[in-house]
Amino acid sequence: MKGNYRKERIDRCIKARSDDIYAVTSYREMWYLLFPRLIPIVGIALLAYFLPPYWKKVVITTCIFAMLAVSWDFLSSCGMLSLGQALFFGLGSYTAGSLNHYLHLPVYITVPAATVIGGFLSTMILLPVIRLRGIYFAMVTLILPLMLIRLIEATKILGGTEGITGLSPFPNVWFEITVILAAMWVALFGLRRFISSDYGLIFVSIRDNDRATMASGINIYSFKAQALFIGSSICAFCGAFMTHSYQFTGMPVFAMEFSILPIAAAAIGGIGTLAGPLVGASILVPLSEVLREFGTLRIVFYGFILVICVVALPEGIFHYASRKYNEMERWVKVD
Amino acid sequence: MLVYGLINSTVLALMALGFNLTFGISGVANFAYGAIYVVAGFLTWSFINQLCIPYFLSSALTIILIGIFGSLIYQFIIKRIRGLVISEVIATFGISIIILEFLRYVGFIGFKYSLPVFIDGSVEILGSFVDIQRLFIIGFVILLIAVLYLFTHYTKIGLAFRGIAQEEHTSLSLGINPDRIAAWSMGMGCALGAFAAIVILPLGTITVDSGYDVLISALSVCIVGGLGSTFGVIIASFIIGYAQTITATYVSAHWTMIVSLVAILIILALKPSGLLGHQKELEERV
Repeated sequence: MKGNYRKERIDRCIKARSDDIYAVTSYREMWYLLFPRLIPIVGIALLAYFLPPYWKKVVITTCIFAMLAVSWDFLSSCGMLSLGQALFFGLGSYTAGSLNHYLHLPVYITVPAATVIGGFLSTMILLPVIRLRGIYFAMVTLILPLMLIRLIEATKILGGTEGITGLSPFPNVWFEITVILAAMWVALFGLRRFISSDYGLIFVSIRDNDRATMASGINIYSFKAQALFIGSSICAFCGAFMTHSYQFTGMPVFAMEFSILPIAAAAIGGIGTLAGPLVGASILVPLSEVLREFGTLRIVFYGFILVICVVALPEGIFHYASRKYNEMERWVKVD
Repeated sequence: MLVYGLINSTVLALMALGFNLTFGISGVANFAYGAIYVVAGFLTWSFINQLCIPYFLSSALTIILIGIFGSLIYQFIIKRIRGLVISEVIATFGISIIILEFLRYVGFIGFKYSLPVFIDGSVEILGSFVDIQRLFIIGFVILLIAVLYLFTHYTKIGLAFRGIAQEEHTSLSLGINPDRIAAWSMGMGCALGAFAAIVILPLGTITVDSGYDVLISALSVCIVGGLGSTFGVIIASFIIGYAQTITATYVSAHWTMIVSLVAILIILALKPSGLLGHQKELEERV
């Protein structure tokens, strides 16, 4: 009779060994650890290199949004809730665009330069409000990209409403894919390692309790500025990359889509895991490509996903999957 | 200019009051506020033009419906995630995006979507012509502030509002149900937004983008004034309103949106809790 049984969930013993003490003893256990990491790396690489050209672009867009989402998640695990990833993205995009257009610098200089300059500019813009927490920070980040659109519209600088067109493209699509894939995995695994290091622990502690962190004699504002720089540099890289990929920069780079999709991806994938947003983005972006014929209705759809995920599935896919992967289930008899 | 500044300020105050009410009482930052504003405009428009309901009746109907809608949002969505700031912001922002982008998709754009004014015509004050509608706005803001003051000081629900704003757990022990009152405050905040829409929108056309603009204006006024403080909101809207009018007159109309950002930055640098914010808010914010 089923009524007399209960489901027992136990962590696999390898989880305990590999989580913190790293006593991996056999190929089987190494495979157990490598498997969930290798599958997406190899899978996305295969897809990226062997799909038809149109879907190659989709994979590139997916990687870009995945990086935006990972950076959003990183900022939120440092206690900074950003509703304006478009700000960082747009600054990077405009920096790369104007360096290329006005100074005629080649791609392999503009993209790294825009990464650093864009990150620096974003940090400088947000520095006065870095003391704010929670929704106050969110409000300011929501306002800023919308304001920058107005500013560009008003002053007609940097191409005004038309934007800057005719920028130099990447040498070929293979190069493009290799760069974005490498950047994505470096960003993801680099941030994961960073946040679990002793230095990264300070960022997490700022989110958990900034008063206590301050009381331990740590200057939280300098750490927040560093986190902001790291997060916004990643977004600025995406912006610069997208600019050269589409050979265009303009007001659409501050669009709501670049703010909302990363958050939606993080909400689906699981906030606070860094890998979850990547999972979320690789579900959402191809899906939105399929739904392209619906136009702006796609954004409505993201909104629905946001609300449903936040209210009904606060855990996210990644948390669920990793829990299932790391535990055994069996029915045991109830005495 | 003096007159236009005054009108601009009162418009800002009207926009910000609803947002401020909800936030000050239940602590929920209603990012769907701008969407509510636009929806109220369209709802009134369709009541008048498609169902042929008289103007004042349809306004009243809209305000009530939007109020109910707001408290339903609270009941079904916000209540489950109350206290989780990130989730609250994401959920209300998501609602806002659903509403606004859906309206954009359906295609409510164009000059035909505008509400009628109460009384057409204009009068001359201090050498400048002013629509009577704009004078109505000033009158309504004064009325609204008086009503809000009386409501929060002399009615049972109003007192409960202030109770949960000050100390939620203590008010729970005194028999006030915080969830019910918070739903009320959300509903009233949305109803105020609808009211603002009905009063302000006759000045121009209803556009989807004005939803984001209203949200930005309300946010900046509230941040400058100190969130949750009604009189702070009024003072802040006067500061920002006059600053915007001066900028529009002497520099360029495009720069007016920058004014509120600069105001936010200055206030945050000088007095992070806002002009009339309380000590409790200082702790929350910095």
